[in-house]
Amino acid sequence: MTSPDTAERSNPPRPRVRTVVIGLALIVLAPLVITGAINLQQFQVVYRNKVESELTVMIERQSFIVDSFIADRLSDVRIIAREHPIERLRDPDFLRQVLNLMREEYHGAFVDLGVVNEDGIQIAYAGPFNLEKADYSSAPWFELAFSKESYVSNVFAGLRGTPHFIVTTQRRVGDETYIVKATIDFEYFNALVEGIRIGDTGFAFIISRDGKFQTNPRFEVSLNRSPYAEILDGTMHADRIFIADGKDLLSRPSIFTFAPLKQGRWLLCYQQETADALDEVRKMVRLAIVALLVVATGALAVGYFVSGNLASRLAEADRERTVMTHQVIETGRLASIGELAAGIAHEINNPVAIMVQEAGWIDDLLHDDNPTSAENLVEIERAVGQIRTQGDRCKEITYKLLSFARKTDPSVRAVALNDMVGEVIGLTSQKTRYANVQIVTELSPDLPEIQASPTEIQQVLLNLVNNAIDAIDKPGGTVTVVTRAEGHAVVLEVRDTGAGIPEANLARIFDPFFTTKPVGQGTGLGLSICYGIVEKAGGTITVESEVEQGTTFTVSFPRESPKPAQPIDPTSEREGP
Amino acid sequence: MTEQSSPVRLLLVDDEVGYLEVLSKRLTRRGYRVTTASSGTEAIRALRQWEFDLAVVDLKMEDMDGIEVLKVFKKMDPSLRVIMLTGHGSERAARDGITQGAFDYLIKPVGLERLIETITAALASGAS
Repeated sequence: MTSPDTAERSNPPRPRVRTVVIGLALIVLAPLVITGAINLQQFQVVYRNKVESELTVMIERQSFIVDSFIADRLSDVRIIAREHPIERLRDPDFLRQVLNLMREEYHGAFVDLGVVNEDGIQIAYAGPFNLEKADYSSAPWFELAFSKESYVSNVFAGLRGTPHFIVTTQRRVGDETYIVKATIDFEYFNALVEGIRIGDTGFAFIISRDGKFQTNPRFEVSLNRSPYAEILDGTMHADRIFIADGKDLLSRPSIFTFAPLKQGRWLLCYQQETADALDEVRKMVRLAIVALLVVATGALAVGYFVSGNLASRLAEADRERTVMTHQVIETGRLASIGELAAGIAHEINNPVAIMVQEAGWIDDLLHDDNPTSAENLVEIERAVGQIRTQGDRCKEITYKLLSFARKTDPSVRAVALNDMVGEVIGLTSQKTRYANVQIVTELSPDLPEIQASPTEIQQVLLNLVNNAIDAIDKPGGTVTVVTRAEGHAVVLEVRDTGAGIPEANLARIFDPFFTTKPVGQGTGLGLSICYGIVEKAGGTITVESEVEQGTTFTVSFPRESPKPAQPIDPTSEREGP
Repeated sequence: MTEQSSPVRLLLVDDEVGYLEVLSKRLTRRGYRVTTASSGTEAIRALRQWEFDLAVVDLKMEDMDGIEVLKVFKKMDPSLRVIMLTGHGSERAARDGITQGAFDYLIKPVGLERLIETITAALASGAS
């Protein structure tokens, strides 16, 4: 046997394991990945909708808070303006009193309080700055404040040089109109908006329609970029709550949410990185991937374990079967030997019986009155010669038996079938003689060798020939052993002129333990062993039979090498009487 | 047993010629009148020609089974004593021989004394 053959035989479980694992992985992982991906996609859509609706609710509430704050501060100022007579409002001490009250009430939302006359002169002032008699006639808000019943300014620096915004309301006294004006603390207002924070990156701020920050954004924002630019130039409308996708200054995908404030003159803006807003999705994806990995690893581990286990069990079963087959063959061989032994015992008995008698004869002669007479000496010499001849006969018989019974060698090598036929016929010669069967051989002289175990092929031949002899129930039958090359096969044919096999039995003859011989005379293993051996050698065995005409077993072995077989040894070709 | 006046007439049937040869020499020396036949057919021919007191028949022969020979012998001469010779493992067939009328069977290889004892016993049983 060649070494690649050996390597191939020791390896088969591995590809089996790999195939099973890959198959299992595909079967388990493919649906897992597909459903996982679909679920995640759907989850993403659903979660995006959920985030958007949460953002909408949040900004709605926040814009309401901001709007309410401004409206409340305005109404505070309006109440002050309505409640108190102008004389008192013109009194700075009174104003201070009111301011203090309001600051207490609103935790410092109000910075100062003042009354401005039609000429733009602040006629009364209460607050931290020295703004009494300040002239606002040229201030941008002055015209607007006088044209409206009440007014809320944008954030501006103004005379004090720090950002703030004012709420004003008119107070008419006769022909004269005054403006009661309150400054809202920017920090206070800013904190109101700055406090809107969601996640790590969410922040809010307010811009005016003309693109000025009304509160400080927590992170840097460029109003020249999308979507702020589009909102400010009117390409996109934010008359109501509006959500847009875009990128922040660091080019990270972000969600932008807008809500109008102050009847649309301001915009409450909320910006958050998409990844942060959809953090739950990200967590979910991560969780799903982890779950997938865990399940996949589990499935693969189980698959690997199961298939590995399976493969090793298969290998074990293979091994056991090999051992079993070997044992069955061995058993069958021993049975054949047992059958042979009976015949050989007979065969050996005859020469032994002769030797015993010849020895006894010599003994008789030696006890003669004249043991050394010429006549006696000739007779003793003859007897000794006979003993030697019969001893040789015994030796030949035992040699034949031993050559068959030697330890089974299942190793495959080149076998010259013709030589094998000769040996086996030699072994059965005694049996054929007593069964009165003639053995005829038709051996092809240039038969190619076959690759098989010689002892196994010997056994096949012996079984077939023995069966053929046994099948002959009338004296004068013939067993014909034929070998020939037939295409790519080497064919062995064992024909007998015996009783034949009834059709009912024909299908079962290769079954183990099927026998038609009387109990104790056949194991029923012979043909099943032949079948196994021939299969193992890559050949086929077939049977044709006709009742009362005879049976032909045809064994076909694959022809291994193109070189012709060695010349047949004529002495190995023995025939019956 | 030796009777000078009328020696016992034996027919030895075996297909081993060498065996017949030496056995007949030894028995002749003991005073028996021995005829040999190396096949069943030859034995039957001999029985047809001469009279015998006893036949020693090998069970396994090429042309004819020892039992067949025994049956023919018993048909031809029911008073003929027959001793079967057999090898190990064929005792059953030899016992069958006894039911077919053989006096006894002996297992090869058999010593001459044992054979003579059996022959004597067989002849004695016939005399009674």
